[in-house]
Amino acid sequence: MKRFSWVIPTIYIIFLMLPIYWLVSMSFKTTNEILGSFTLWPQSVTLDNYRTIFTDPTWYMGYVNSIIYVTINTVLSVAVALPAAYAFSRYRFLGDKHLFFWLLTNRMAPAAVFALPFFQLYSAIGIFDTHLAVALAHTLFNIPLAVWILEGFMSGVPKQLDETAYVDGYSFPAFFVKIFIPTIAAGIGVAAFFCFMFSWVELLLAKTLTAVAAKPIAATMTKTASSSGYELGLLAAAGTLTIIPGAIVIYFVRNYIAKGFALGRV
Amino acid sequence: MNKTVNQKAWFFVLPVLVLVAFNAIVPLMTVVNYSVQETFGDNIFFWAGIAWFEEVLTSSRFHASLGRQLTFTFTILAIEVPLGVIIALAMPRKGPWVSVCLVLMAMPLLIPWNVVGAMWNIFGLPEIGLLGKTLNVMGFDYNYTRQPGDAWFTLILMDVWHWTSLVVLLAYAGLVSIPDAYYQAAKIDGASSWSIFRYIQLPKMKRVLTIAILLRFMDSFNIYTEPSVLTGGGPGNSTTLLSIDLVKIALGQFDLGPAAAMSLVYFLVILLMSWIFYTVMTRNEDQ
Repeated sequence: MKRFSWVIPTIYIIFLMLPIYWLVSMSFKTTNEILGSFTLWPQSVTLDNYRTIFTDPTWYMGYVNSIIYVTINTVLSVAVALPAAYAFSRYRFLGDKHLFFWLLTNRMAPAAVFALPFFQLYSAIGIFDTHLAVALAHTLFNIPLAVWILEGFMSGVPKQLDETAYVDGYSFPAFFVKIFIPTIAAGIGVAAFFCFMFSWVELLLAKTLTAVAAKPIAATMTKTASSSGYELGLLAAAGTLTIIPGAIVIYFVRNYIAKGFALGRV
Repeated sequence: MNKTVNQKAWFFVLPVLVLVAFNAIVPLMTVVNYSVQETFGDNIFFWAGIAWFEEVLTSSRFHASLGRQLTFTFTILAIEVPLGVIIALAMPRKGPWVSVCLVLMAMPLLIPWNVVGAMWNIFGLPEIGLLGKTLNVMGFDYNYTRQPGDAWFTLILMDVWHWTSLVVLLAYAGLVSIPDAYYQAAKIDGASSWSIFRYIQLPKMKRVLTIAILLRFMDSFNIYTEPSVLTGGGPGNSTTLLSIDLVKIALGQFDLGPAAAMSLVYFLVILLMSWIFYTVMTRNEDQ
């Protein structure tokens, strides 16, 4: 029985790869081939779809915009979550448990509920259609997650580490930057990964809060899908390219992703 | 860990508090504001009291969307959680294949949600999609844009494809944290593989499975982009889940009052159910 256990993950991975394969293979097909006949792999490989994306600014700027706001969001979320997670893992203070639960409830807020109020709020303070707007909006669900993950990692670090450092004459900021942050580097990596992930895949808020200047790639795709009579090959190429940044990030954190949630407390 | 009481810790929490409160409280109050007013446009508002809430709670449209939402959420939980555990149990524990499995399995999690929707939209098309064509060649009359049953099948299959890996990753993290000594002891006692699962692996996975179920519950209740790209809520209203219905009312018809009231009811349903899940699943932990 044990000998054949590899069959289950193998079948599952094949199931996962099939739609991805279909998307990638379609991105190398011409529109005629896609609509005209059913072929399991591209008969006449074309790179036209990719060429369009890399030469048309409305397309490639979409990627640049997405990467900019995802980066701002990740840095911002992790930076403010670090001291908060430290407080939750080391100290008891008035209302700490309620605050922690309240933070988590924001993880439950449906984006559809907040889309319109966010649009009005960000228009009112004049940051509509900027990268900052999307990055700030995404902190609503990324900060609670980052605090949750980091708190788990920090609780795993014995308190003696802090005390020894103070005895050795470190001030708090020096201890935090020089000793504590390197100790929980893996946790920061995991938290950053999840912030990246949820900011990268979200579309509804990103689309609502941008018009032209900071428009994410996903919004460019939905617009193409509806306006230019379904250019499937082009859409497939754009979709394929959105998979790549994620794949790179996964590769780097592969040994930590599973641990990240396991160590966080519920 | 014994924590020291220190009220100055509030200063550490302050940046998080300010940012999240700005993002959570102002929009929430905007929604509350709309939910008790009536407008005929031009920014003129009238007090409407709880009229919208009464309308939402008694409308058959809301009941239908909520019913579809609950069906969807419980179906995918019933499939993804056991499937994820089975796959995690069958995965190798060490060796080069671990990384390969983890990287490949995590792929769907990092694809933008509208691309997931578009991918399955193409994949399921009866004429040019691999899934649709295959099913039709095999003799099934499959067309998810016309038949509600097929639309549901595609929607569930898409979500299983998209999110089972999250359960796998979490369950796997729980499994690798079990020390080898436990298995050796079980072997000496001659325990069957079922009792190893029931008395060693399942209890060790309880905490991560709680996280998995909570996350899947919250996220599947909030799901919007994937079904809206895949089916747009159709055919007819057959796959119109709560958030799709909400966006139709708020941005499609611009009925702000009813939409806001519905938003609040919706949010409360999620909060209440998450709290029930959380309490039931952690009930025995303190004892």
